[in-house]
This record gives sequence, C-alpha cells and structure tokens, in this order.
Amino acid sequence: MESLQIPPVDLRLLTPLLIVVGWAGALLLIDVFFVPDGRKKITGYLAIAGLAVAGLAGIPLWNLSGSTFSGMLVLDRYSLALTWIFLIAGALSIAVALDYLPRHAIEQGEYYPLIMFAVGGMILMAQSADLITLFLGIELLSITLYILTGFAYPRVASEEAGMKYLVLGAFAAGFFVYGIALIFGATGATSLAGIAAYLGRQPFAPQEETLFLAGASLVLIGFSFKIALVPFHMWTPDVYEGSPTPVAAFMSVGTKGAALAALLRVTLALEEAQTFWLPILAVLAAATMILGNLGALGQSNLKRMLAYSSIGHAGYILLGIMVAAERGAEAFLFYILAYTLTNLGAFGVLIALEQRGEAAWSIDDFAGLYQRRPLLAVAMALFMFSLAGVPPTAGFMGKFFIFTAAYAGGLGWLVLIGVLTSAIAAYYYLRVVVKMFMQEPVREVRPELTRGLNTEILIAGVATLILGLLPTPIVLLVERSLVALGG
Amino acid sequence: MLGSFAPILILFLIAVFIAVFVITVSSLLGPRRSSPRKLAPYESGMEPIGPAIRRIPVKFYVVAMLFIVFDIEVVFFYPYALVFRQLAVPGLIAIGVFFLVLVVGFVYEWRKGALTWE
Repeated sequence: MESLQIPPVDLRLLTPLLIVVGWAGALLLIDVFFVPDGRKKITGYLAIAGLAVAGLAGIPLWNLSGSTFSGMLVLDRYSLALTWIFLIAGALSIAVALDYLPRHAIEQGEYYPLIMFAVGGMILMAQSADLITLFLGIELLSITLYILTGFAYPRVASEEAGMKYLVLGAFAAGFFVYGIALIFGATGATSLAGIAAYLGRQPFAPQEETLFLAGASLVLIGFSFKIALVPFHMWTPDVYEGSPTPVAAFMSVGTKGAALAALLRVTLALEEAQTFWLPILAVLAAATMILGNLGALGQSNLKRMLAYSSIGHAGYILLGIMVAAERGAEAFLFYILAYTLTNLGAFGVLIALEQRGEAAWSIDDFAGLYQRRPLLAVAMALFMFSLAGVPPTAGFMGKFFIFTAAYAGGLGWLVLIGVLTSAIAAYYYLRVVVKMFMQEPVREVRPELTRGLNTEILIAGVATLILGLLPTPIVLLVERSLVALGG
Repeated sequence: MLGSFAPILILFLIAVFIAVFVITVSSLLGPRRSSPRKLAPYESGMEPIGPAIRRIPVKFYVVAMLFIVFDIEVVFFYPYALVFRQLAVPGLIAIGVFFLVLVVGFVYEWRKGALTWE
C-alpha cells in the first residue's frame, strides 16, 4: 500500500487566524462555564484582548511571506494589512456592543465569540489563494452573521433580517460553489495560481471557454451578493435596518471589506481573462455608484441611508480593484482602512442615540444634536464629511487615491461617474450635518455615552482626521505592504 | 465532449415521456366513480386523525443538530481508522485537533442544557 503524504504545514503563517479562531472557541466555553449572567461584558473584554493579541502576533510576520496547505493559504503583507484592518473592525464592533446589548435586553455572551469567528472568516478570506478556502472563509463569516443579524431575537425586525439574509445568502453561496465547480471543470484547478497558469498557457477550446465563462460569472455573482453590488444589493437596507446596530456596523465594513479583498486577489489572478472580466466589473461599478447613492437620497432613516451609502462606497472601491495591477491595490487598501474607521464611527454615533433602548434612527432625531451634545455632533459631522469625501478627512484622501489610480488606469468615464455621484452623495451626508447644527430638536432623544462607545468614537474620529491630514506614513505602509502581491 | 452525454439526455426524455404518457392515458381512459371514502387522504388504512401539519417540539431540532455533530465525527473517523498507520503521528495530531473542535461544540451544548429532556 502506498504511503499517504500529508503536505507540509507551516502554521506560523496562520498565527493571527489561529489565535482568533482558537480563542473564540475557548471563549465560548469560558463564557458558559465561568461568566455569570449579567456580567457578560467580561466576555467582551476577553474577546477584545484576544483580537489584540492576534494583532500583535501578526507583527513578526511582516517580513515573512509564503504559502502553506499546498498553496491554499498564503501570507503576504497584503493579507497581513487586511488582517489588522479586520481585527480593528472586530474590536470596535465589540466595544460598541458592550453596553448596547444589555440596554436592549439582548445580552448573551455568545455575541463576542461569534464576532471573533466572523473575524476569523474574514482573515481566512484575505489569506485564501484557492477558491475552496475562500468559500470556507465566506461561509464561516456568513453563518456567524446569519446568527448575529437575528441576535435581537424577540424583535420581529431582527428575526426578519436574519431570515432574509440567511435565505439570500444561501442562494449566493450556491452560485459561488457552482461557479467553482464549473471553473474546476474548465481549468482543472481551484487554486488561483492554477487557474492563472491554465489561462496563460493556451487558448481555450470553445466548450472549455463557455464553461469557464459561466463559472467565473457565477463566482462573480456570489461576490456581488456579499459585497452588495447593484443589482445584488436588495437585501442590504432591510438587513441593516433590522439587525442590531453594532452588527450592522460590523457587516457594513466587515463582509464588504473581506469580500472586496478576496475579489481583488481573484481579479489579479485572472489577469489573462481581463477582456471579459473587467467590462463586467465596470458595469457593476457604474450601476453600484449610481443606484447606491440615488437610493440613499430618499432615506429619512439613517440606518437605511448608511446602508445605501455603503453600497455606493463599494462601487468606488471596485474602481480600485479594476486597476489593481497598477496603483489601484494601494488605493484600495487605503480606502478600505479609511472607510472602515469612518463608517464604524458613524454607526457608533447612531448607537449612542439608541443607547436608551429605543430606536432613534430617524434623521429628525439628529435635529439640534449640537445643542445637547456638541462633541457628539462634531464627531458625527466629521464622519459625514469623511463619507462624503470633503478635504481634511480620511474619506477625501481615499477617494483621491482611488480616482487618480482609476484615471491613470484608463477608466476615465467611471471616474466621471464616481465624481458626479460623490457630488450627489454630499447632499444626503450634509443634510445630516445641517439637521444637527442648524435646526431645533424635534423629539427628545437623550444620547448616552458609555466608556466603550466613547473610546470607539474617539478612535474612529482621531483616525479619520489623521488619515486625512497626515496620510503619508500610512500610504508608505500601504505601499510597502503591496510589494509582494505580484501587482 | 457534450456528445457523450446524449444517451443520458435520451434516457431523461424517455423517462419524462413515460411519466406523462401513463398519467395522461389513465386519466383519459380510466373510469371515475368517486365516493367519500375514496376521496379521503390515505393514512395507511386508518381513519385520518387531525390535520397533517402540526406543531413539533423544537427539542427535536436540537437533537437533530447533536446528531449531526456525532454523525460528522463518525464520517471522519471511519476513513481515518483505515489509514491511521500510514498517517502516523501527524495524522493523529490532525484528527486530535478535529476532535477537539467537536468537543468544544459538544461541551458548549451540554452546558447550555441541550441534553436534558424534560
């Protein structure tokens, strides 16, 4: 009998991922055994500590790169930079939930390990160099998010959101897997390198080309659903509105960021297939920018508005992915970082307004906020400016990098659409600012700030300003992080 | 390449044809003399008791999930038992990690009280 070979495994390359997932599993048990009901915050703090340790453990990996598990998982600076962004997003989403959950009477210790598992899925997606592991990451992320969207269990809206997300998400996963199967049928490989090698080697036989095109399209549909690209965006506003606000905050930056990061890797790998891949991305980007921003115009519910705005932002980020081989990847990383921090900050303010356990998402609830909570209003204004892309903020630098990279890459007409839709977007972002600073309060909403929330808004606000005023160090870091991506 | 699938397509078409043919012919030629007893839903010869859609205790669902945990365990352990000599120590470690993950889920369920049936 021939002996079986287990491929060599270098677990060092996966340190942050293993710490996050391992700690999440351990925390699940610690929570049920040792943490009494009503003091579940302890679990939250432990979860943040775990994420921090994972982040620190990533530092020595900066000069390391390589692949393991027969090339299914890779570690490079690109994945490491994304890992840190995801860890930050996870930690901030936990920080805002510490007080939100008990106030809304939905405190369960499972929230924190679930967020950690989701972060683990995101890291797995960033490190995947194979469609199978990529799918594994997507599922780990999605399944935890199905639970988290329905986390406010007795509330009907939350249950509805969870159900909607589950049904549509399962469909999208089906598309994705079927796409992988067809691509495998055409090229005989599921690894990105294998697919790229096949594409580069020979012209396709007609049937194989059909198979490959069908498979790639299905995979793209799966991606589009997770990123919420128009026309696969329908679920986003409903799910964000129904799910608990910290979860919506996490989804708006987490799922999107991870799926976009994976899409960037796939796009780079499919360089030989650009002639069919890029036009589709172009149409998706244009539709996403236009419809996302137009959809946000009519919203008076801030949660829905932020949902549509996150759709629009995905469109801008897509421009960076399309020119990833040139300078787009750098712009992409910077934009993801800027968008993550800004959006989490904006959601943080939203959570502050609901802190007393009732919904306060109407734009009228923000009227006159400046008179009651000047600092909070200033922070919200900062986030709105950043999302709109007004100068001294992170959002401006992000848009600037993306648009310059896209223009240099020959996507002039898409940049034109991007700039025009940004102008439209400014209207609905600035409307919030006008409400806060120039109008009298309509309804008595007393925002309450707690330690976790304060810290989160402070971190997000300061980061938004620093990225806007002094982007150079981060840009250098981002540039260095992409040396090894082969772009 | 696709030509080699032609027999399957033909088989499929024949299957569809037979199904449609039998149903159509029997509904056209067969006599129709209905009585209340004939129209009643067939429940293995018994008189029907109550509607078919009933509430089922959610407990069954938890038990089903537990079943999946152990089912997957066995699905992996059988093939492992066949090759565990060749896999030697690395294989033992790998299956150990797999088992550990399962145990975490199982201990969590037990502690949450999913195993007590009241």
